Amino acid sequence: MLKDFADYITYNIINLEYGSRLGDVLEFFIYETIKIFFLLTVIIFVISLIRSFFPPEKTKRILSHKKEFIGNILAALLGIVTPFCSCSAVPLFIGFVEAGVPLGVTFSFLISSPMINEVAVVLLFGLFGWKVTAIYIGAGLLVAIFGGLVIGKLKLEKWVEEYVYKFHNGHEYEIIKQTFKDRLQYAKMNTLDILKRVWLFIVIAIGIGGFIHGYVPQDFLTHYAGKGNVFAVPAAVLIGVPLYSNAAGVIPIVYALMEKGLSMGTVLAFMMAVTALSLPEMIILRKVLKVPLLGVFVGIMTVTIIAVGYLFNAIL
Amino acid sequence: MEIKVLGPGCPNCQKMEELTRKAVEQLGINANVEKVKDIVEIMKYTMSTPGLVVNGKLKHSGKPLPNLEKVKELIQQESD
Repeated sequence: MLKDFADYITYNIINLEYGSRLGDVLEFFIYETIKIFFLLTVIIFVISLIRSFFPPEKTKRILSHKKEFIGNILAALLGIVTPFCSCSAVPLFIGFVEAGVPLGVTFSFLISSPMINEVAVVLLFGLFGWKVTAIYIGAGLLVAIFGGLVIGKLKLEKWVEEYVYKFHNGHEYEIIKQTFKDRLQYAKMNTLDILKRVWLFIVIAIGIGGFIHGYVPQDFLTHYAGKGNVFAVPAAVLIGVPLYSNAAGVIPIVYALMEKGLSMGTVLAFMMAVTALSLPEMIILRKVLKVPLLGVFVGIMTVTIIAVGYLFNAIL
Repeated sequence: MEIKVLGPGCPNCQKMEELTRKAVEQLGINANVEKVKDIVEIMKYTMSTPGLVVNGKLKHSGKPLPNLEKVKELIQQESD
């Protein structure tokens, strides 16, 4: 029905020639834009509502004094549902340490949180379908659990700024009580807030995606970056690490790239590299972590994401 | 009335401060709004910023932010 609508606008109202490239591009653009925004609204609302039940204070309590491994798994899962503003990464980190959350477990949380977020989930679901979405979430969890476990095993506590360990608050934080009506209200505000923040990125990205879809020949990239090329994954990840964008900007573009022959594993690895590691986040984390630990963190993430890329290219 | 806005200085925290000042103005109450950036001071109340503290009581913390009406309501709860 939505396809018919996009069809109607393109070929009857704007009157482009059926089967023309421009028509193709416009139809793609209209169809994808409407679909994505509908999904964004519904899914972000539901996720926001779920998130209102997992404030960081509760997450901290759950992870406090958890054993490694179980703790890493829980932390990676809670990273998905716990809402936090990037600016509270520092108090959150200090709070976790104070509560006795092991360093590696804290990292599992910090890794999964930016990588698996509601916008990423919606865009993947809208453009690639539920299978790819499930694979991405699974892979993201794997990277977060594994990355945190390795950091925990390396005993890097000496590279955490000293003042973090000296901090003693001595009391539990209160969790503000919310009625269900409050939760609905917050979910609505959060949905509007996110839409306001990402709509332009998404429209531009779908526009670029539409252009690539219509004008770049199919299989254009297969030769350079297809499954056959063993360097495709590390190259994509190394390009992705310094790049920083939210999921909103990067996904519609990688969708179009995939259509042109980039393989699934390469695309997912690229996306993870872009979303999981970012300069602004590093600058914030520098306040609690010394440079060598940040370096180890980036190194472990890069290697793990490359491995995940190869894995998916091999099995998909 | 003593109102504190907790946040290290990110856009969300600035927005929270604006909202709070606007709410105080519209309510026409006599209140001292203070922005708290010191991490140790913030962590006396919460670990998720931005936070809103009215007369020493934590009324909001973290994302998503409340809207103007909600901020007014949170302040008024402590005013009587």
